[in-house]
Amino acid sequence: MSFLLSSCPLCEMNLPEISERIRAATGPLAIRAGGSKDWYGENVAGEVLDVSANRGIVSYEPGELVLTAKCGTPLAEIETLLDQHGQMLGFEPPRFGAASTLGGTLACGMSGPRRPYAGSARDFVLGMEIVDGEGRHLKFGGQVMKNVAGYDVSRLMVGALGTLGVLLTASLKVLPRPQAELTLQFECDEMDAIRLMNEWAGKPLPLSASAWLSGLLSMRLSGAQSSVSAAHRKLGGEVNPHGGEFWAGVRDHGAAFFRDGAPLWRLSLPSTAPPLDLPGRQLIAWGGAERWLKSEAAAADIRTRAAAHGGHATLYEGDRTNGVFHPLPEALLKYQLRLKQQFDPRGILNPGRMRP
Amino acid sequence: MIANETVRRLQAILPPHCLLLVREDLKPFETDGLTAYRNTPDAVALPETEEQVKQVLSACRETGTPVVFRGAGTGLSGGALPVDGAVLLAMTKFGRILEIDPLARTARVQPGVRNLAISEAAAQYGLYYAPDPSSQIACSIGGNVAENSGGVHCLKYGLTVHNVIALRVLTIEGEELVIGSGALDAPGYDLAALLTGSEGMLAVILEITVKLLPSPERTQVILAAFDDVGKGGAAVGAIIAGGILPAGLEMMDRLAIEAAEAFVHAGYPLDAEAILLVEVDGTQEEVSEDVMRVRDILLGSGATEVRTAKDEAEQKRFWAGRKAAFPAVGRLSPDYYCMDGTIPRKALPAVLKRIAELSAEYALPVANVFHAGDGNLHPLILYDANQPGATEKAERLGADILELCVEHGGTITGEHGVGLEKIDQMCAQFTPAELEAFHGVKACFDPDGLLNPGKAVPTLIRCAEYGAMHVKSGAMPFPELPRF
Ligand SMILES: Cc1cc2nc3c(=O)[nH]c(=O)nc-3n(C[C@H](O)[C@H](O)[C@H](O)COP(=O)(O)OP(=O)(O)OC[C@H]3O[C@@H](n4cnc5c(N)ncnc54)[C@H](O)[C@@H]3O)c2cc1C
Repeated sequence: MSFLLSSCPLCEMNLPEISERIRAATGPLAIRAGGSKDWYGENVAGEVLDVSANRGIVSYEPGELVLTAKCGTPLAEIETLLDQHGQMLGFEPPRFGAASTLGGTLACGMSGPRRPYAGSARDFVLGMEIVDGEGRHLKFGGQVMKNVAGYDVSRLMVGALGTLGVLLTASLKVLPRPQAELTLQFECDEMDAIRLMNEWAGKPLPLSASAWLSGLLSMRLSGAQSSVSAAHRKLGGEVNPHGGEFWAGVRDHGAAFFRDGAPLWRLSLPSTAPPLDLPGRQLIAWGGAERWLKSEAAAADIRTRAAAHGGHATLYEGDRTNGVFHPLPEALLKYQLRLKQQFDPRGILNPGRMRP
Repeated sequence: MIANETVRRLQAILPPHCLLLVREDLKPFETDGLTAYRNTPDAVALPETEEQVKQVLSACRETGTPVVFRGAGTGLSGGALPVDGAVLLAMTKFGRILEIDPLARTARVQPGVRNLAISEAAAQYGLYYAPDPSSQIACSIGGNVAENSGGVHCLKYGLTVHNVIALRVLTIEGEELVIGSGALDAPGYDLAALLTGSEGMLAVILEITVKLLPSPERTQVILAAFDDVGKGGAAVGAIIAGGILPAGLEMMDRLAIEAAEAFVHAGYPLDAEAILLVEVDGTQEEVSEDVMRVRDILLGSGATEVRTAKDEAEQKRFWAGRKAAFPAVGRLSPDYYCMDGTIPRKALPAVLKRIAELSAEYALPVANVFHAGDGNLHPLILYDANQPGATEKAERLGADILELCVEHGGTITGEHGVGLEKIDQMCAQFTPAELEAFHGVKACFDPDGLLNPGKAVPTLIRCAEYGAMHVKSGAMPFPELPRF
């Protein structure tokens, strides 16, 4: 079964247009598609380069487990099509609004609750077409599962926030959707939750998501009905009949936890990092590796604590005076700047979005 | 020839047992797993400490001496092949597993650790390292990272790039980069993705933290026989489309089956044109269900025989034949040349048919044994290097096969890397602008071009020369470049 679809007969016109705009640019360009993540990263002062018209699913072959789409395609459109064929995006991307696009998701490198068990956005990327800062149309990777020809530039683009190139088209590996899913809840404190998340991840259990909030540990099981039931018998716990909504709330930040006015931080840590001794409330996800923190604590304190545990902290919501992203060590920064210089010598693509 | 000045510097850095300079000692390092290419190195450095590595690199940078890194030397694309005038820097002495954290499910290891040793050390915790190249008893994890190696279990568990959490590398400029941490992501650009698969072109890998997975509760192997290679190829697609993601999905054709059977007596059916090996893993219940579904799909796809391994011993036997396929085929012929193209699964029947035609045209037998689930082909071209012109003929057939893969929307290398071997085919896969972008990436890390020069990414001039030799269907690649 194979599909060649295009929900946008004019989108072929967009490539030359994007290249042309970049070539002709005399100042910074702020790349924008759905605009659902305008708040993520540092501010960019520049003329808006709207790439949302570059949309449409280029090809999808369920038997190949591969989907190729233009980067302005809304995630919702992709996920609906996959769902019709019993498949899904393995990294369970967050949707911060109906307008969330594939390109924005990949540029931000965002993955949802399934990430520690199935892989991240970049893990599922097989290939990409981009336009670099000189307006050159470049193609890396491909539509096959394994490809080691040339440096892995397509994965380098994931999380680069458009600062190395405009993402035009991406090919992704997709996964079969599990037959059955079940969310279990356990009452426990933070310390036990971190331990249990890690212990269970080391056992052959069909885990697909985990979260701890206010004394309640939630674990999602996914797989064959029989194996989900068997794991349920092994682990015990209370069934949450609203598991689907619960995980969507964690994934898209719709849950009440995210809704108060306090600054929101994301701490990415080794999964076994002990409870953080920081003021505020926390939601622990990703088997312990992701700690969402609602806290008025000083940015420097949060960063120091994250670094001490071997991780980093990103500001999602709040005062950006002290920067959004964790500062890089000097040696790393040097090579990163060289890469930026290489792909965007004039420094016009989303300049500053990744660093102050 | 390597400059005397460089040798003097190396002698000052390394104790005598860590520096090889005489021909008898250098000989074993003249080739990697691609034995058709040989070049005796001028000097082999076998440092024992990171400080020595650092000093060797700075001596090379200061004297303008090229450096080729080497792991276990099992690479199949000439990545570790010595370059004239270069120091071959072998990381074999960095063979320690530094730490296994069973709770966090990670292992921190030195680059010279053998792939299999990681799983062996983790077994006591019920954990293992998933990517398992067939060469896993010998190849080093540093080499795996440099090649982004795959294995039988990659369809479900990913390649090296999906299983590496952090790296510590040293650049030729003497800077140590810590890339990633125990966390699942890191700020800034994803240098781990860039370094993985970089074929020793960007930096030397000093330390690797890998992810460990819980050993599955149960695995089961199913063997299916087909009277036609195309039917086997179609069955692969049917299994995946059926919503099953097998842990392993491998295919062998008649010649490979015969060779493996003669070599290890795996119990393969000798009257089959192709066999599929399907491994499913997971919980008890899941495996029971999947085995039934896979059996049905295989029979529905026209399998003439479907066998489920009775016990662990039979499972091991089924796999033994597959894992020994390369050496087994090697017994059929004085030399063989292993290809590594990857194609979309749906193209399997057409590509296998065309490979058979090419094999007849060139009058060189080709055995196929490959990671069918990933569409990653390993055609083995049998030839006799002692016959004049045979090596060149095998190489030409190989090049045709790779370009066939590209025509079908695939790639010239799925897991073995470009090295020196596939450098010309890079010209078929990438445009000049893309190749320039690769050179640009290289220049970010190695501005003087001292690391593994001449490998992995062809110069545009080389492509123009290659294009002049291979004009395909009237279309001249790189028409804008001058010819000479
Ligand atoms: C019988 C056989 C079966 C094989 N099966 C498979 C398979 O199933 N899947 C697969 O993917 N491969 C397979 N291979 C190929 C090979 O084993 C892999 O490519 C392996 O990863 C190479 O590891 P090595 O330690 O031998 O590296 P080497 O061959 O020594 O080097 C390979 C490359 O890595 C670089 N390198 C090595 N160490 C470092 C370091 N520390 N820092 C920076 N660069 C470094 C070298 O410069 C070179 O470019 C097979 C090979 C053989 C002979």
